[in-house]
Amino acid sequence: MSASTEAAAPSAPNPPPHRTDAPAGPPKPSLASRIGAIAGGGAVRVVLTVLAVLWLLPTAGLLASSFRDPRDIASSGWWEALTDPGQWTGANYSALLSNDAFTSSLWTTIAITVPSTVLVIVLGALAAYAFAWLDFPGRDWLFVLVVALLVVPVQVALIPVARLFNTLGIFETTVGVVIFHSAFGLPFAIFLLRNFFAEIPRELLEAARLDGAGELRLFTRVVLPLGGPAIAALGIFQFMWVWNDMLVALIFADSSSPPMTVALQQEMRQFGSNIEVLAPGAFLSMLIPLGIFFAFQRQFVTGVMAGSVK
Amino acid sequence: MASAKAVAVIRARPWAVACFLLPALLLLGALIVYPIGYTIQRSLFDASGSSFVGLENFQDLFTNEATRKALSNTLIWIVVAPAVATGLGLIFAVLTERIRWATAFKLVVFMPMAISMLAAGIIFRLVYEQDPDRGLANAALVTVHDTFSGGAAWPDARPRPDTGLTAQEDGAYLVDATARAGEPVLLPLVGVKPADASGEAEAAPAAADPGAVTGTVWLDFAPGGGGTQDVIDPGEKALSGLKVEAVREDGSVAASATTGDDGTFSLPAEDADGTQLRLAAGNFTAAYNGVEWLGPTLVTPAIIASYVWMWAGFAMVLIAAGLAAVPRETLEAARVDGANEWQVFRRITVPLLAPLLAVVLVTLMINVLKVFDLVYVIAPSSSQADANVLALELYRSSFGGGANQGLGSAIAVLLLVLCVPMMIMNVRRLRQEKKR
Repeated sequence: MSASTEAAAPSAPNPPPHRTDAPAGPPKPSLASRIGAIAGGGAVRVVLTVLAVLWLLPTAGLLASSFRDPRDIASSGWWEALTDPGQWTGANYSALLSNDAFTSSLWTTIAITVPSTVLVIVLGALAAYAFAWLDFPGRDWLFVLVVALLVVPVQVALIPVARLFNTLGIFETTVGVVIFHSAFGLPFAIFLLRNFFAEIPRELLEAARLDGAGELRLFTRVVLPLGGPAIAALGIFQFMWVWNDMLVALIFADSSSPPMTVALQQEMRQFGSNIEVLAPGAFLSMLIPLGIFFAFQRQFVTGVMAGSVK
Repeated sequence: MASAKAVAVIRARPWAVACFLLPALLLLGALIVYPIGYTIQRSLFDASGSSFVGLENFQDLFTNEATRKALSNTLIWIVVAPAVATGLGLIFAVLTERIRWATAFKLVVFMPMAISMLAAGIIFRLVYEQDPDRGLANAALVTVHDTFSGGAAWPDARPRPDTGLTAQEDGAYLVDATARAGEPVLLPLVGVKPADASGEAEAAPAAADPGAVTGTVWLDFAPGGGGTQDVIDPGEKALSGLKVEAVREDGSVAASATTGDDGTFSLPAEDADGTQLRLAAGNFTAAYNGVEWLGPTLVTPAIIASYVWMWAGFAMVLIAAGLAAVPRETLEAARVDGANEWQVFRRITVPLLAPLLAVVLVTLMINVLKVFDLVYVIAPSSSQADANVLALELYRSSFGGGANQGLGSAIAVLLLVLCVPMMIMNVRRLRQEKKR
């Protein structure tokens, strides 16, 4: 990214797309090209509106289905409910929320997601600080290794880690799932935070060191507060990642009290007959990620852009 | 490493370094580095893990029918999904540059990134429901189909026996007599419920035209009784919208026409004279019910579409960021020189974005390799074998009852190898950044 002109450019009003006559001096678009621009702009608007609707429809279908009586779901499409408000009912939700299996799966999801996110932030920030500001032999090589690990697919670790966890007695436990997610979140965490920490002005750290602050004080008082934005982006990214995971939970979670994704997946077997459970369940499982997404769009986009290497 | 930076870094005491670094390194070592080594070794042993089999698992992987299906599907995924998602992302990014509610649009398209593949899977199971009364995709297809083809015009219509119309295997009816220009034919049908035909006009005999083969298709049933068979009696209804084809002796269609409101049709004599007339099968087949999205043939494209729904927003956001960095002056200069929007896009925007597009494409390719949830959730068990991909086959072989961790490990190694180019690319990028 170079220069502020670029940042300003997108907000500048769009010039007319093309001119047939280009006289010197302040250009005056011909009437024809102005009409063309308006029509073209109109077409673009129509196309984008259609696309936006197309993109929303599948989710709208889930939402509408979740508010319909099972008999209505079985007999007609969700769009019929749009013109018939009498079909709307919250019964599916109240049934689901009073279902202990579902609420306990929600707790399991939280019990997995929160510790994995905290652990990745803490361990990742510690290591990132070392990579950014401490000197030790082999530092560059170790960091190259971490970057290389960014793209390792989780599939590679499933079989050996299942064995390892079995030996340790944490196979099919929440602890195991947390450890697995933390480990696979670390390369990205270290990569993202190190790059951010490295941008902290050296003078700040040196001044603190001259004042006699130890490494731990430097880390907690200077680096962590300054690293806030990157930590937020990382936290959101990791939270969503773990919350939405199904594969790791399918293998490593306690199958008697699985997280939401696995619990819902188990309901898929009778897909046609229990949409009244699946639709509200899926929508409830989406609520938290969607809420975070809309509340922290900027951090989420930052995380996604930085994570595009992952 | 630039020397300027080295000065900034303070050589810390070893125990301090250890405190900061060890927890992370231990986890990485135990859960990623060691497993890589173990998986590679495990892939050389048999299902039970007791005897060394060399590369047999890999041989299996490439010859076994089930895994080959997974392999070829993964290949389709890698080629199609990233390209479509990136292409759409590029189009969206360029189009949104010119509207005021660009942010809202981007939010809508980007939103699916936030939800789990499981939720997306459930969403698309609903979309792909077979019954057009319930599944959105088939409902849309049926609506479009019926708008353009009118559906099957008269699914119940059929001729009386021995009226010169012979039923064909595909449901069409062939007229036995040869069609002659100037000799109007009568094609009486029955079987339509009078209520269904109540909206039709009265049938009329076709005019004799020496330049055309003409005729009438009508419902040979006089309401209230009476009437003569094979004759257009007053009050008998026309069957409009029926497709009449002129068929040559070799079976090819020389001309076709649709019956009008009064049941008449007309085919040009130069094509139709001397042919046999046929009432096309499409007139009589049962109502169109859409396609079987999750059946063996369409299941993979259908799941890829749901993936594109999720990830096009990712491509769009990255490309839009790149687009914002394209110098306005360059685009303006081209426009002043008389380039139209398409030329600006094709000759300037795309080439300038090419490196970014490549990064997005490769990132998505790596991502696609790991797609497991979508396939596992969307494909019903009846067509899961047809939708199989490597990541799913790994799960099935090692955890889902397959009990062959040797094969599973071989698949894992293959996935890892496919990721190595991306690994090298990342490390290279890191090196270049350090040099700067």
